[in-house]
Amino acid sequence: MDTARFIARHVVNLPRSGIRDFFEVVSKMQDVISLGIGEPDFDTPWHIREAAIYALEKGKTHYTSNLGLVELRRAISRYVEKNFGVSYRPEDEILVTVGVSEALDIAFRALVNPGDKVMFHQPCYVSYHPSITLTHGVAVPVPTYAKDNFALTAGALAAAWQPGCKLLMLNLPCNPTGGTCDRAQIEAIARFCLEKDLLVLSDEIYSELTFEGEHVSIASLPSMKERTIFLHGFSKAFAMTGWRIGYACGPAALIEAMMKVHQYSMMCASIISQEAAIEALQRGEDAMKAMREQYRRRRDFIVRRFNEIGLKCHLPRGSFYAFPCVAGTGLKETDFAVGLLQAERVAMVPGSAFGANGAGFCRACFATGYDRLIEAANRIERHVQRLAAKS
Amino acid sequence: MNPLIKLLLESGGLSTAQMAQVLNLTEAEVNRQLDQLKRDRLLLGWRPVLNLAQEDAGLVRAVIEVRITPERGGGFNRLAERISRFDEVESCYLMSGAYDLLVFASGPSLQKVAGFVSEKLATLEGVLSTATHFLLRSYKEQGFLLDARSEDNNRLKVAP
Repeated sequence: MDTARFIARHVVNLPRSGIRDFFEVVSKMQDVISLGIGEPDFDTPWHIREAAIYALEKGKTHYTSNLGLVELRRAISRYVEKNFGVSYRPEDEILVTVGVSEALDIAFRALVNPGDKVMFHQPCYVSYHPSITLTHGVAVPVPTYAKDNFALTAGALAAAWQPGCKLLMLNLPCNPTGGTCDRAQIEAIARFCLEKDLLVLSDEIYSELTFEGEHVSIASLPSMKERTIFLHGFSKAFAMTGWRIGYACGPAALIEAMMKVHQYSMMCASIISQEAAIEALQRGEDAMKAMREQYRRRRDFIVRRFNEIGLKCHLPRGSFYAFPCVAGTGLKETDFAVGLLQAERVAMVPGSAFGANGAGFCRACFATGYDRLIEAANRIERHVQRLAAKS
Repeated sequence: MNPLIKLLLESGGLSTAQMAQVLNLTEAEVNRQLDQLKRDRLLLGWRPVLNLAQEDAGLVRAVIEVRITPERGGGFNRLAERISRFDEVESCYLMSGAYDLLVFASGPSLQKVAGFVSEKLATLEGVLSTATHFLLRSYKEQGFLLDARSEDNNRLKVAP
């Protein structure tokens, strides 16, 4: 029997994640140094894990309020106000979700009518485009460029805009490019959104990993709080990827709409993860800053090495990704990545997995120990020299 | 903090060649800086951190609380330095509270350590009393957990 005929059309048409294909190849190989992992190499700080164990011992094993534990929402409110300069009411403007991924999914489901257009900058996190498609929205990619250090410019937005655009999806600092925007650039984006009456979904999961200058949340700009849904979580800053815990903050009416979807699909985020998140917000700052310092030094090292090797690489101002250009080798990024993997057993993710205009680049995550970073850089260097000798 | 010291604290075990790569220095420069840190007595030296429970010729270790009489002019220092010079003494700290010096001592057998305390330490002029506690088991040494297996925590090799 042809069971595939039961699958919904829009899912059939959904492309597989490019990362998935690459993962299949890598997972069959031994002794690979992987720069392909989009998560911190640190385990969650012990005090956070210990708080979760304590919560289990105390019998915290039940459902929570759909919005999330009120103590966590209060802690989130304080944290966001202190670090992002935006004030949200714990009672009705904050929703605790299963990672930013769920927040994003329910935001799209709550906001997008079939045919509504959603703008997002590319290269970008792999799930934005499919998430829009899954809610029958129309994805409108806006390119970012290496010449701008992959910052999103208002000019690019204006060029990509078309009638019917309703939402703008932001991810600054950005996975995979590490690009982000300074205050003037964010202000220009905000002006564009006001002019075109766009609602903003701002995924700021990498904001704590901003190495130079300030991180400016678009929600903190005048007239923007009422048209922004601020998405954040614990995965990157507190090394809590496996806990699947995040949150959305925004105008009460929009949070209420997202909550409707959330209550029927998810009910609530895991209580253990919520308890751990409270601990992270209350006492996790020192460990977070220590991890950031390490990422910054590793970034300086790996970016310098890429440039020495001849793979031109801008200095990412945020995140733990370097996005070197491999076009100089004369190879497509997918061929370069596969060749590197086979010849030297180093995994980098081809940039085209993050959108068509990621072509020519590869993503290298530097959230890994120095010994492996050093060795990976040496192997990449050897591979690039061998390619140059051949041509 | 000096970038080299930061790197040493953050990821011990790198070779000088690797440190040179990370810091964008020549290996000779890294060695020069290490020598300088030693000359400045900021870097005192290198020691392996061992799990002594796995070593057959085990070591008996003790923590000794020592009360001493401070001296006019020198306070606790003269006596503390004198005690520190014994080979049996691994570490020696001046403490606030109920006693003055906390001494970490070790020896090949319980008798040897006990002998050190009763014959050498306790009999020093100025030492008022000692309280010796023998270590039974170690759970963490210098930041290393002793029972942590080198675990492959099954991280994915590629993730979005």
